[in-house]
Amino acid sequence: MTNQPQYSLGIDVGSTTVKTVVLDEQGKILSHCYQRHYSRVRETVTEQLEALVQTYADAAFSVCITGSAGLGLAQSAGIPFVQEVHAAFIAVKQDYPDADAVIELGGEDAKIMFLTGGTEQRMNGSCAGGTGAFIDQMATLLGITADELDALSLKAEKRYPIASRCGVFAKSDIQPLLNQGARREDIAASIFQAVVDQTVSGLAQGRSIEGKVLFLGGPLSFLQGLRQAFVRTLELDEEHAVFPENAPVFVAYGCAMFAKQSGEGMTLSEALHKVSNAVAVSATVTSEPLFASRAEYEEFIARHKQHDLPFADLRTTTGKAFLGIDAGSTTTKLVLITENGELLYSHYAANRGQPLDRIVKQLKKIYEQKHPDLHICASAVTGYGEDLIRAGLGIDHGIVETVAHFKAASYFCPDVDFIMDIGGQDIKCFKIRNHSIDSIMLNEACSSGCGSFIQSFALALGYDIAEFSQLGLFAEHPVDLGSRCTVFMNSSVKQAQKEGATVEDISAGLSASIIKNAVYKVIRAKSVEELGQNIVVQGGTFLNDAVLRSFEMELGRPVIRPAVSGLMGAFGAALYAKEHIPEQSTLISAEALTQFSYTSTGAKCGGCTANCALNIVRFSDGSKYISGNRCEKGAGKSTSSAIPSLYDYKYQSILQYGVQDESKGQSDSAQFVGVVGLPLALSFYEQMPFWATLFRQLGFRVVLSRESDRNVYYQGQHTIPSDTVCYPAKLAHGHIEDLLEQKVDFIFWPCMSYNVDEGGSDNHYNCPVVAYYPELLRANNAKLTPKNFITPYMDLNYPKGVARAIKRSLAGYSLRGRLQAALDAAYAAQKQYRDAVAARGQEIIAQARAEGKKIIVLAGRPYHIDKEINHGIHKLITGLGMAVVTEDAVAELAHTDEKLQVLNQWTYHARMYRAAHYVASQPDMQLVQLVSFGCGIDAVTSDEIRSILERHGKLYTQLKIDEINNLGAARIRLRSLVAAMEE
Amino acid sequence: MSARFTPEMKQTHTILVPDMLPVHFTLLISVLRKYGYRCELLRTASRAVVDEGLKNVHNDTCYPALLVIGQFMEALKSGRYHPDRTALLITQTGGGCRASNYIHLLRKALEQQFPQVPVISLNFSGLEKDPKSGFQLTAPIFLKFLYAVLYGDLLMSVANQCRPYELKKGETEKTLERWQHRLEEAFMTNEYLKTKKLYRAILDDFAKIERTKRNKVRVGIVGEIYVKYSPLANNHLEEYLLSEGCEPVIPSLLEFVMYCAISTNVDGKLYGYRNKQTVINGIGYKLIYAMQKQQIHAIQKHGVFDPPHDFEELRHLADRYISQGVSMGEGWLITAEMAALAESGTENIICTQPFGCLPNHIVAKGMMRVIKNAYPHANITAIDYDPGATKVNQENRVKLMLANARKPQS
Repeated sequence: MTNQPQYSLGIDVGSTTVKTVVLDEQGKILSHCYQRHYSRVRETVTEQLEALVQTYADAAFSVCITGSAGLGLAQSAGIPFVQEVHAAFIAVKQDYPDADAVIELGGEDAKIMFLTGGTEQRMNGSCAGGTGAFIDQMATLLGITADELDALSLKAEKRYPIASRCGVFAKSDIQPLLNQGARREDIAASIFQAVVDQTVSGLAQGRSIEGKVLFLGGPLSFLQGLRQAFVRTLELDEEHAVFPENAPVFVAYGCAMFAKQSGEGMTLSEALHKVSNAVAVSATVTSEPLFASRAEYEEFIARHKQHDLPFADLRTTTGKAFLGIDAGSTTTKLVLITENGELLYSHYAANRGQPLDRIVKQLKKIYEQKHPDLHICASAVTGYGEDLIRAGLGIDHGIVETVAHFKAASYFCPDVDFIMDIGGQDIKCFKIRNHSIDSIMLNEACSSGCGSFIQSFALALGYDIAEFSQLGLFAEHPVDLGSRCTVFMNSSVKQAQKEGATVEDISAGLSASIIKNAVYKVIRAKSVEELGQNIVVQGGTFLNDAVLRSFEMELGRPVIRPAVSGLMGAFGAALYAKEHIPEQSTLISAEALTQFSYTSTGAKCGGCTANCALNIVRFSDGSKYISGNRCEKGAGKSTSSAIPSLYDYKYQSILQYGVQDESKGQSDSAQFVGVVGLPLALSFYEQMPFWATLFRQLGFRVVLSRESDRNVYYQGQHTIPSDTVCYPAKLAHGHIEDLLEQKVDFIFWPCMSYNVDEGGSDNHYNCPVVAYYPELLRANNAKLTPKNFITPYMDLNYPKGVARAIKRSLAGYSLRGRLQAALDAAYAAQKQYRDAVAARGQEIIAQARAEGKKIIVLAGRPYHIDKEINHGIHKLITGLGMAVVTEDAVAELAHTDEKLQVLNQWTYHARMYRAAHYVASQPDMQLVQLVSFGCGIDAVTSDEIRSILERHGKLYTQLKIDEINNLGAARIRLRSLVAAMEE
Repeated sequence: MSARFTPEMKQTHTILVPDMLPVHFTLLISVLRKYGYRCELLRTASRAVVDEGLKNVHNDTCYPALLVIGQFMEALKSGRYHPDRTALLITQTGGGCRASNYIHLLRKALEQQFPQVPVISLNFSGLEKDPKSGFQLTAPIFLKFLYAVLYGDLLMSVANQCRPYELKKGETEKTLERWQHRLEEAFMTNEYLKTKKLYRAILDDFAKIERTKRNKVRVGIVGEIYVKYSPLANNHLEEYLLSEGCEPVIPSLLEFVMYCAISTNVDGKLYGYRNKQTVINGIGYKLIYAMQKQQIHAIQKHGVFDPPHDFEELRHLADRYISQGVSMGEGWLITAEMAALAESGTENIICTQPFGCLPNHIVAKGMMRVIKNAYPHANITAIDYDPGATKVNQENRVKLMLANARKPQS
């Protein structure tokens, strides 16, 4: 280079947008541009360069590329690249040297930089959903644009807790809220709050965001509501919250600065030439086209036409009619059929978060159009919105979705043995054996990849869904996108696009992904033959021919898709209504319907300490519907007759150890050797009797951390270093904070590789998290010291070792020779507790049997008795009329010679295997397994427990739980279980 | 119960071994060959491997299990190996981590499709003891394995120190290959015992490779053992770092072996017991440590290359941050390796782990804060690997780490 380039250009290629900034010699911004690229990355960059060439012709530039989608382009075009966080860092140092921290939200990345007190730059982990894309996704869910979402959020009155970890989770939090009629303004604000929480907990990970904070990136510059949420949460004043004017192009600006120092000299025409000739190296795997020929497609269409319902005219038909409604998560379906199953009226549409309004409108239409002598004799509703619709419109029956779908499927195929339903939000699959539902598989929150997923992609690429799926039918090289959750899929798609895959190829690839996801992730079939012989597919997503075809290709044989595929839930409900005709239908009349209206408000339930956030919908006839409550109390109903649950008993027993002995005055601490804090977390839910007794006997005052709730989690959230660890472990951080606040002398928490050897297993480990969590807590909570956090290693199977370890770790306290006696008492107390649990279990079983009630063994870990962890699932079960006992109460009763197919090496898990064997021998018992999200060990146990139960003709039900307290999916499973047990 | 590997099968069956570390495993199976086992390393890396894994194991199972089992299933289905004449060998560590269950997950996967295929557990903790099995891990094999690991570590380490700086491209690789063959031969006789001579010859040979000044950014790779070492699992992380102009620094396999060997004794001390196992392991550990010491001395005396971390020093380093009682998965070793790297000037560290790895919540992500406090310039990034994570995503994070990397001051 002879002369120094006059200008510099920074190109920032993000996941959704392209930004360019041109600087002059002094580093002043001459021009900038911000544009969505709809995944046409190279084209968009080319466009912007072309525009710039007009202005700068042959001037000498130094050029650099940055951004999450820019790496590939930079490599293939041979233009230097700078990592985007680093680019931002350069610009911040230049323009805001006094900034303490920077938060940047982009299309799919979230980043944080700490500038003072140890520079650090962080990006979201691969699990955390993107933020800009997340907001777009949520807006789509509400049927509005991101700007409208922003406008709504500014009028919020309250905020609901929404999972912030990833978009898929948040969706499943928002959907029930929508269906229960929560205000959209409040939901909008809650969505922004979720983004803030994610940034604070997921990214900051133990470092507090303080001082002068700079906010960058598109979403933070365009969305007022999001800005406000950040400022409020971080408690910043105007001076300390900086929103630079050029925030959307800030990274491109930094990139241009970097180019100035170390970019490559070239003219813009040269740059343009390089970019437009960039050849992408393809690593994309492709698969077979969906149809080899047009003829094959015609044959496919004709074959599926066969399964259709006959129609009847609503205006002329007379006699009996039956109404079925499926208030699904994103769509509302409604059918009216005659006695002969002819279709009088049908409706299928997105509910845009207002299912009740939708249905009222349709019902009005039916009343207007129908022949006066057509009588709706019975009605039934199913789906997420079941309770609300039923309460508002006087629907006669409410049935669980699985039953509705089974009814509908057997109408088309009486021998059906497998049903797969892919809806907008969920995948439901069930096996049918002996004409009853045998096992149900639902997608867990993390493996969604359903209808709304394709829809979001279609919209992001600028197509409507019908058009988009049609494109895939004749794609020549469908892209293999694998099977995984939406967030990962996003980056797979991005990568494929970068490598030159066409929209057609991607459309076909996405269809295949949905199927793979369903077959291998949800059903987890080893081979497709396992599914069954007579397969019926349904749900709106299967109306998409590309998805249907992908399934048939994966199976290697045809399946049945009824023409009313999208309406099957509603059709099944109508069939159910036809079989269950009440004397007088309670369905709202035409007159009442004209007067119908409702309002929805939020409230807090004061029924108990859980303080559930209630949502109250008041109807025009004065009745109301309350949701959000975990138990019956909040719903305004009296507490149902006490069906016993061992969960309550165990929980209360453990809490008892925190009650202070009144004879020793609490103020008179002089009598105590010291004050020890025991956290109500993880292993303490099992060994509290041991430790509390030991310390009391040694003369300590024993203080327990307060009972878990959401706030306990928030209290410790900032010290969680790994955001994919299970919720029970995350809660431990809050319990530590609470004990520190209670000013105990020290917190005691032993590390234990081994748990108690209860015999009959290969080994008796704790899981790695339970075993060593104190180590992690010490390393991540700056307030913990060797003095106030005592964490000796011990193995309760070796009492001598325990004695030595206690003596060593309590060296600063006078034990006055009481140690041996205290230990004896502790071992005795633990045994007493175990015996009491077993005895109470027997009482509950006996009582249930006397009353003819079914018994559920709700199998989990000891800490699953924490109400913040189980979200009251045991109450849901007793609410369905069944008694609940725990795995540890029945484990000892099992007698079996059957060998396990796994290495049985964890104490708590060994109990579950034994409990499963016991349940297998009891005709009136079923087992439900509680699995905490992120528990890797349950990947081993759940398959084994399933196989033990199924070998003995029992049903296997698994409930995955997380910080989200949406019990919708749990309800479906439990109700289906009840339905299956009744048959 | 699945099929057993009978003594007759030694003649009829090919034993498939999943590759983890190309240099070491070649030597390890040459040892097995010497004892009459017909072994073959599996190096398949197609998409079908991942797909078979997804089909055959619970998707929340860790990525290494998914890959290893996927690799076996793909091989059996490919037609390259006759199921009636094939056996599978899988390692089993036997701690409180899920990894001890891989073998059972593999058997479950085989149950329906290939019930005749026997699975051999390779472990040093007495799991699945079966005197009638045709596969016996005898003392001579065990000893040779140890030497194979030692030689493998040396080759890997010196090759890593040469490769980024070689003037003639490919020379390091050539030297490495030559030595691999040479050592395979050495294991056929008792020559492998002449460590002094062989170490010296290896060091001399690699030192002869013409190199530029050693001034590239050094990046340490630690983490879950399979993901850390296997290019299939970590998307060829080493190659990528080389292409980015870095020198990858990879801790030795012997460290993991010693970590396993000492853990029984650490537990015994912590929990207050002493038995036959602790005594045997104690002696074994001292032997291995002496072997490591000898190698370190040889490298130091030669004076050209950096030696591996002294294991006793690693233990002392660990004590500053975490108890050695943390013995599930890679346990305290990961923490110690991060500290040792930072201590010895390799401040840029990538911690690789399967998505959702349980022990790593504690020992890796959980310990980063204290390591960074101790070494303010430590530049550590954790990268998760699983079937859905894309290379782009992972590389972008490596890029971010590299943007913060400081060049060595030499």
